[in-house]
Amino acid sequence: MGSPFDINGGACVAMVGKDCVAIACDLRLGMQALTISNNFPKIFNFAPSTYLGLTGLATDVNTVSDLFRYKVNMYRLREERHISPQTLANLVSSSLYEKRFGPFFVSPVLAGINQTTGKPFICGFDSIGCIDFAKDFIVSGTASDQLFGTCEGLWEPDLGAEDLFETISQALLSAVDRDALSGWGAQVYIIEKDKVTQRLLKGRQD
Amino acid sequence: MAASKAIMRGPTIIKAEDDKTRQLNKNTLMAFSGEAGDTVQFAEFVQANVQLYSMRNDTELNPAAVANFVRGELARSLRSRSPYTVNLLLGGIDPTTQTPHLYWIDYLASLASVPYAAHGYAQYYCLSLLDKHHNPNIDLEQGMKLLGMCTDELKRRLPIDYKGVLVKIITKDGVKEVDFDNDKIVRSA
Repeated sequence: MGSPFDINGGACVAMVGKDCVAIACDLRLGMQALTISNNFPKIFNFAPSTYLGLTGLATDVNTVSDLFRYKVNMYRLREERHISPQTLANLVSSSLYEKRFGPFFVSPVLAGINQTTGKPFICGFDSIGCIDFAKDFIVSGTASDQLFGTCEGLWEPDLGAEDLFETISQALLSAVDRDALSGWGAQVYIIEKDKVTQRLLKGRQD
Repeated sequence: MAASKAIMRGPTIIKAEDDKTRQLNKNTLMAFSGEAGDTVQFAEFVQANVQLYSMRNDTELNPAAVANFVRGELARSLRSRSPYTVNLLLGGIDPTTQTPHLYWIDYLASLASVPYAAHGYAQYYCLSLLDKHHNPNIDLEQGMKLLGMCTDELKRRLPIDYKGVLVKIITKDGVKEVDFDNDKIVRSA
């Protein structure tokens, strides 16, 4: 058996634009080459403008998203406010590092807009919580090699919301078509200061 | 929901009328496969706990709640010293919305809500048939016909005799076993 990170397959990408961020994932759930479901979203909402994408072992995508739903709900009750993307990033990091010697096999991607500063924020993590801050884009999953290529080629600074949607969608769809373990449709979130747009992309169903 | 009736130990069939399902509450049924011993132990453990919850809180759990509970227990077991090796299919009707649900759970505790699913060798033979012939508005009669196509294909292509299938259907009135013709002879292609 190969790495736990590529048993189920999946891809996720986040990008920064001008006063907006985007995060997108594919919808496949598989076991090796066999596809089980083409409706398995990997992006989860934790505050009005804060989203977390989780790729890797599907059981840990479930476990980790459930765990953070619990932790963020407790945070919101204690603090009586929504969690900021920066705070969530540190929560994700420390929670993953708690399992340093028996990690969750996930590669999270975080995207959001800080409601106090109004600034876009994205970052990625490895499975033990090392944060990768980026000014441009973050990729993860079995199509991450392909995503690095498509993002490097298509992304440019200060894209508006509509252009950013087009860019992230083309980057993801092109990348997953070169990866046998991801694809089967995609989900895209465009996050602006006080508006979030969710779109479903059909994509190739093979 | 259909499950084979044979219990095997190596190449030997030791039981031919086995029921690989457990009813968790009035409107949810769970089918299981996997390591001998683990399967029934785990199924009866969650069955008891779902029923205990309903007695304590005087509420019937909906299929989504049951599925997430079962997944949680399996996920906890996965990172223990001796994990359960159990694959599950969990079907049920939501008592409040009257909508049907089906959940696919594997031994790693991956949970997916799906329109149709299979575990074990059946996946390789049946999923393509289901892809082609299933539609979201399929009725019971068409469903049983499609199940027949699946079992025919298993008889045609599987080199082992799984001793037919036991079929149960879940409606808003509860779970009931239905007659299924397992004696039909299917010739190899």
